[in-house]
Amino acid sequence: MPGSTPSQTVGPFFAFGLPFEGGERLVERDGIWIAGAVYDGAGEPVNDALVELWQANRAGRYDHPEDTREELPLEDGFVGFGRCATDEQGAFGFYTVKPGATAPHAPHINVIVLARGLLRHLFTRIYFPDEEAANAGDPLLSSIEDEAVRETLIARADGGGLRFDIHLQGERQTAFLDV
Amino acid sequence: MNGYRRDPEGTHPAYLTPEYRSTRLRAPDRPLIVLPHGLSEITGPVYGHERMGRLDHDLTRQHAGEPLGERITVSGRVLDGDGRPVRRALVEIWQCNAAGRYAHRVDRHPAPLDPNFTGAGRCLTDDDGRYRFVTIKPGAYPWGNHENAWRPAHIHFSLFGSAFATRLVTQMYFPGDPLFAYDPIFQSVRDPGARDRLVAAFDLERTEPEWALGYRWDIVLRGRDATPTED
Repeated sequence: MPGSTPSQTVGPFFAFGLPFEGGERLVERDGIWIAGAVYDGAGEPVNDALVELWQANRAGRYDHPEDTREELPLEDGFVGFGRCATDEQGAFGFYTVKPGATAPHAPHINVIVLARGLLRHLFTRIYFPDEEAANAGDPLLSSIEDEAVRETLIARADGGGLRFDIHLQGERQTAFLDV
Repeated sequence: MNGYRRDPEGTHPAYLTPEYRSTRLRAPDRPLIVLPHGLSEITGPVYGHERMGRLDHDLTRQHAGEPLGERITVSGRVLDGDGRPVRRALVEIWQCNAAGRYAHRVDRHPAPLDPNFTGAGRCLTDDDGRYRFVTIKPGAYPWGNHENAWRPAHIHFSLFGSAFATRLVTQMYFPGDPLFAYDPIFQSVRDPGARDRLVAAFDLERTEPEWALGYRWDIVLRGRDATPTED
């Protein structure tokens, strides 16, 4: 069996290669803004990170051949993938919809973080603050004993949208996943 | 459903690799939480041919004139860990120009920009997992990580494969580069066999007479678990 090709950092110069027009807009209308910033271990903003989202649609269906749940509708034009580079303040933002739940999992958005200084990308998830009951039954959230760590995966309400900050290192480090 | 296998220790770099200075404040210091694969991990974005431009794979034809430098082709196959082709997989690349300068506002290396070279391309693999790019050989460049630090020539690659779990962002290097021994990013892959998989091979068969040198590089993404996950 051939061995996997190793990972290498995305480096600081991907801005002319990876981001694409409209990459931060997963829907055109009736969405919510999920905004945040990426911070390093010294609390400084990371202005050369790339954040990617992968999510199910409102019904909880992934637009992918291995999601064979035909009873859940696909939505025309909704792919469920987003990509946004951070700005000078380390900030990113996505306009999207809350995905439906896929029991026993609470509604969540899958996240990849890439940056200079990350030799492998990081996986995390965004959960929703208005889904307390579903979050309580979610296999990943309920496997995390430390409440402060668990809370790093739950976005918080912020004005009309949601806020989700990503801390790469330190006391406030986001819970990252070994996928 | 079946998840994806975890790669053997040493295949990928450790997050904290102090010789590569930027990892010191960016590597997570708490252990990652092991996540069994479910639908969220075994699905991922799927691309269609309708979204590819005809010349997206040819970085030498994106401007009015031809870029300076050594014209090359880089081609190979995208395979899974069982040697099967990964079909219709998106492959994105970006690189600096022949002088070692990126078309990026924060690249301060005092080498010339090339008005005929941006350095970004993409393509989809075919039914045999094959991809091919036409470009110019990127230059080495200094990067300030340590005294007299130079990156070996490389092309950045980004792939999804068929699932979010098989996402791979990496760099392809050129054979015999004297800078390998001094580069903490290349050396961050501790297993020498795995490290060799980052290096393309020169291929006379793929070299086109009077036109371009051919380099061959196969990319292997994680393989599938033989047994279903608990999800």
